[in-house]
Amino acid sequence: MALHVEDLRVYYRTLAGDVKALDGVTFEVADGEIMGLAGESGCGKSTLGKSLIRLDGRMRYVSGHTVLDGEELPIWDDAAMNAFRFRRVSIVPQYAMSALNPTRRIGRMIHELLRSRGVDPHRAQPELERRLELVGLDPGVLGLYPIELSGGMKQRVVMVISTLLDPSLLIADEITSALDVSTQKAVAQTLVEIRDRGFVKSMIFITHDLAVLYQVADTILVMYAGKLAEKAPADEIVANPRHPYTRLLVSSLPEVGVRYAEKELTGIPGRPPSLLDPPSGCRFRHRCPLATAQCEQEPPWVEEDGRGVACWEASKAPTATEPLVGNAR
Amino acid sequence: MLRLDHVSKTYRTGSLGRGRLTAVRDVSLELRPGEVLSVIGESGSGKSTIGRMILRLLLPTAGSITYDETDIGALHRGALKDYYRNVQGVFQDPFSSYNPIFKADRIFSILHAEFFPRVDADEWRQRVHEALESVGLNPRDCLHKFPHQLSGGQLQRLLIARALLLDIRYLVADEIISMLDASTRIDVLNLLADLKARGLGILFITHDLSLGNYISDTTLILRHGCIVEMGATEKVFGNPRHPYTQDLLASVPLLHEKWRRDSAKAPTVTRLPEQAEAPPLVHVEDDHLVAAG
Repeated sequence: MALHVEDLRVYYRTLAGDVKALDGVTFEVADGEIMGLAGESGCGKSTLGKSLIRLDGRMRYVSGHTVLDGEELPIWDDAAMNAFRFRRVSIVPQYAMSALNPTRRIGRMIHELLRSRGVDPHRAQPELERRLELVGLDPGVLGLYPIELSGGMKQRVVMVISTLLDPSLLIADEITSALDVSTQKAVAQTLVEIRDRGFVKSMIFITHDLAVLYQVADTILVMYAGKLAEKAPADEIVANPRHPYTRLLVSSLPEVGVRYAEKELTGIPGRPPSLLDPPSGCRFRHRCPLATAQCEQEPPWVEEDGRGVACWEASKAPTATEPLVGNAR
Repeated sequence: MLRLDHVSKTYRTGSLGRGRLTAVRDVSLELRPGEVLSVIGESGSGKSTIGRMILRLLLPTAGSITYDETDIGALHRGALKDYYRNVQGVFQDPFSSYNPIFKADRIFSILHAEFFPRVDADEWRQRVHEALESVGLNPRDCLHKFPHQLSGGQLQRLLIARALLLDIRYLVADEIISMLDASTRIDVLNLLADLKARGLGILFITHDLSLGNYISDTTLILRHGCIVEMGATEKVFGNPRHPYTQDLLASVPLLHEKWRRDSAKAPTVTRLPEQAEAPPLVHVEDDHLVAAG
């Protein structure tokens, strides 16, 4: 098992109190697995990605364990994590532009980066050039400034840099969200290529876009309000979702071919709860058309047939297929 | 009717404005009340420039934009204000459309003072409440709140409500749902469809083909500022003739069908030479035009 996360809790410190952005999350990512992480903004998906590599100043580690290849990641200790960053865990951030130093040519920036990590840049150079070619970039980009590259090219340069030392885990945080559709496809397929060639062992691909996730991910983990809602193979999440939230989410997505005049889609009424003081029990119950009195108690995470779901109703009747309609406003 | 006639826009760039960047080339289109026209293009295709020219935030370099036979470039003062009573825009980022220091409902009081100084406060409040209800908002939830206390979908709907208070006939919606979450996105989209049914003409600018397909009657595909393909939505999406449109459609991630693994190559970014002319449009079938070559 490449990554094992056990009951992880990470809160944001604010003047009003702790925002419980990640409130008890347990999951595993297998060797060679691309796990998609989906959810609305504010559900904790980016917090989860960041927690695995670096807690920023506002984030506070509360409890839980993260074990990568049998070794515990000291995510609460910023200095101790340095030994893991880039070599074992690496990240591709959303905005490639802000990840590249605008005052350095790309080649020089990479050399500085490698030297700071104690790697001889000249020995890494042939591999760097080989990998750039692999993602469809001419090694000539090393002599360019970031401003001379298009958004998609920058994103691919950052992907090559992040995976240069063959980390075990790569976190890709919304890397396709700011790109055009054709570039988005190329970048997403490059990610799969990076995994297929064994440059990284496993990957967590964070995005709010389920359709992109379905294209690249092996499994999809859906989060809601700081907790896990459902995890299943990508095909199952899309074709046969069990959690009411996933079902409503999938049915609210317009696809090419679906037209308003023929089929009116509906959204999910209401808003996610505030994580300053999250409600007890199931956090989706105020928006859920299936909610019952039982939902006031915390639903257990039930796992069977390689998929898991946290919902009283879904784990009772896993074959429910009738379409759900959201609560009236 | 809102009409663009051979409109082009060239920006000056670089130091002292010596550089030239042509964003829109020879675009003609018509928008009628009760019609949704999608302008679909990738970044840099000139789609937002078209929206800004219609809102008269920019003037075209060549060609003319007419509203009910009047050239909007010639409008000033009172006449321009009248134009804005009829044509309004809503933009991509709802959070930067508001001043974070003031409460969000300030957009309504500014409107009151600017456009309806003779309407008394009680009646105005009544009108605001009606407008809010027509966009599916509960006045109690969203008045007297700061922008950060509201969700993106609520802020975006407040802006649409503000536009509706002006009895507008046309709305320029520039990527208005790109920043919204999946669960609220579709509600704003359905709201637009509802407004269209009430007779509003909407210019729906987007990079997302599935959203354009869902809502629009007419679709216009834009590349490098030129129209590539244009016509009834079901024809452009159902029977795309231009290779660029076909490529775009093949790249859209679908929920029930995986991408074909053949073409992992990224598109090469090419810019048209500044002097290049837009290729002529050819009629391929009724209500379906495709760029030649």
